[in-house]
Amino acid sequence: MNSFMKWVHKWGSPPWFYRVSGMMLPWLTGLFVITLGYGLYAGLVLAPADYQQGDSFRIIYVHVPAAWMGMFIYMVMAAAALVHLVWRIKIADVVLISSAPIGAAFAFIALVTGSLWGKPMWGTWWTWDARLTSELLLLFIYLGIIALHSAVEDRQSAGRATAVLTLVGVVNIPIIHYSVVWWNTLHQGTTVMRLDGPAMAPEMLWPLLSMAIAFKLYYVIVMMLSARGEILARESKSRWVRELVGGE
Amino acid sequence: MSVWQAFIELLKRDLRLAMRRRAEIANPLLFFVMVIVLFPLGVGAEPNLLERMSAGVVWVAALLAALLTLDSIFRSDFEDGTLEQLLLSAQPLSVMVLAKVVAHWLVTGLPLLLVAPLLAMLLGMKSEAMGTLMLSLLLGTPVLSLIGAIGVALTVGLRRAGVILSLLVLPLYVPVLIFGAAAVDAAASGLPVAGQLYILAAFLAMALSLAPVAAASALRISLS
Amino acid sequence: MSASPNSTLHLQADSVECSRDDRLLFENLSVEVSGGEALILEGRNGTGKTTLLRILCGLRRPDEGEVRWSGVPIEECAVDFHRHMVYVGHLDGIKRELTALENLRVLQTLSGRGRYSVEEALEAVKLGGFEDIPVHFLSAGQKRRAALARLLVTDARLWVLDEPFTSLDVHGIELVESLMDGHLSAAGALVMTSHHQVHLSAGVIKRLNLSEG
Repeated sequence: MNSFMKWVHKWGSPPWFYRVSGMMLPWLTGLFVITLGYGLYAGLVLAPADYQQGDSFRIIYVHVPAAWMGMFIYMVMAAAALVHLVWRIKIADVVLISSAPIGAAFAFIALVTGSLWGKPMWGTWWTWDARLTSELLLLFIYLGIIALHSAVEDRQSAGRATAVLTLVGVVNIPIIHYSVVWWNTLHQGTTVMRLDGPAMAPEMLWPLLSMAIAFKLYYVIVMMLSARGEILARESKSRWVRELVGGE
Repeated sequence: MSVWQAFIELLKRDLRLAMRRRAEIANPLLFFVMVIVLFPLGVGAEPNLLERMSAGVVWVAALLAALLTLDSIFRSDFEDGTLEQLLLSAQPLSVMVLAKVVAHWLVTGLPLLLVAPLLAMLLGMKSEAMGTLMLSLLLGTPVLSLIGAIGVALTVGLRRAGVILSLLVLPLYVPVLIFGAAAVDAAASGLPVAGQLYILAAFLAMALSLAPVAAASALRISLS
Repeated sequence: MSASPNSTLHLQADSVECSRDDRLLFENLSVEVSGGEALILEGRNGTGKTTLLRILCGLRRPDEGEVRWSGVPIEECAVDFHRHMVYVGHLDGIKRELTALENLRVLQTLSGRGRYSVEEALEAVKLGGFEDIPVHFLSAGQKRRAALARLLVTDARLWVLDEPFTSLDVHGIELVESLMDGHLSAAGALVMTSHHQVHLSAGVIKRLNLSEG
């Protein structure tokens, strides 16, 4: 636990975060291009067409990783919220607010791709199935966090208020999800979007995992870029920033 | 003074204030009635359709009416400075918040509960479901007040508080709505309702223990 | 509450820094006030007097530094600190629909009884005869005095006041100054901001001007 806290404190220092993230970015970007390239090619071209759904199933290579990201990013935000409120690490709220729009975007992409997936099969642009409805509510939660942050004028309060809201959300998201699943079995009984039978064929699985990794890398890259900008703005009067700007 | 005495005193104070602003009690009730009356006008008066929708419509109307009244939990205290005095009192803030939320529910939630059966009759709800309707609202509306209090605490100082409040609070209200309406639907069909009601009771227990703490943290942040 | 009030009555801000809306209000600021002392914060509008006061009360956390009560950071001794302190800010902190009497009775139940009864406190601020009227019928000056009556009703040794003389006429100001003198003579401590010239005859007066550096 102690070494974890030391690691957190190290990243919590703005100049450290700025410098190390700057060094990591080129490597992350390279890795992202590779995993995205493989995932898209293997998923869209190489993998065999599903015998039931034909080629339209390929949208899972975007839909499923996007849905996973919606949840994953929220968990990162919840951890950042905890770190910010309990251990008073200042960078944590920058991570939180930089992550929120990315999480919202992935939730939105999951919704759109899910809707596109449903159209060829059910003829409607929207179905109230459990996954899509849960995803929609998750999107609202993200939008609430973004809206609250922009509405609070004082930066210190904005960071802490969104942290509290994020933690309230993380307690509620499992409850919302299971309530919606239960609600869905009550009223519809149709399970949509089963992407696997007993097991997924390996040719389908590897591209999926590759896309999942690619999306995670994308998140880290964009979050770091956004966080770096925010850190420079916040610390603009401090010595290390002036040296950085003046030195270039 | 003991915490219990402080709790009771604050509860009595807020009830006394509500009595002096008696006209405001009518607002959520009127809204509740209006929403329910509008539904048949909007979807047609076909009795089967209305009866099948009745559980959901009554619950949605109650939820929206509760949402409308949330602002009053902290707004007047915020504006006259008594809220920051509560933060500075030596009493635990979460207990003080709970006292205010209880007072709020007694004034806004309880009336909804009492009026709901009459309005449900307008939609043709079966009489077997009435008892479950009231019980589900009895368990559910306090949860709406408690969760709503967190949202109000986060937005109390903000300019466009109303819009953001709805956005924050509505996703959190969904589980209560789902199980509340489902309980009433099940009762109308003669099916068992114990499961749904136990879940609502569990929500209430969770909200009672966690929401005041979260709202207290949010208040400290909003007033800093 | 204790044998020698002077020794435990000590509020100290240590190297506090605060920014608001991207403007640095103050940094590396240290002040302290003990029993029998009055700290008066001066400076133009917008220099952070109210913010500093709210930091001293514990309503706001400073960006850097800490505030200590009897040597203990106020986050750790919050209950004890708030029991010994009373704050009257820009807002009156009383409910308009209640009478002055009802307001102070609620306050006593929440914060504990002091030497004065509610009726005595209202007499002392010259609101005798007005205690049974809902506060919103009172004039601005009377409302302010009703708000200040809370100083007498609790046992607080530390008074933190933000522009206490707002809305008060000459007699009101003299009244409040005499209450402050009484408090300081009884080894109480006082921190306040004021636009007006404050005339206190008791206690050690310290001034801090936030406009300078």
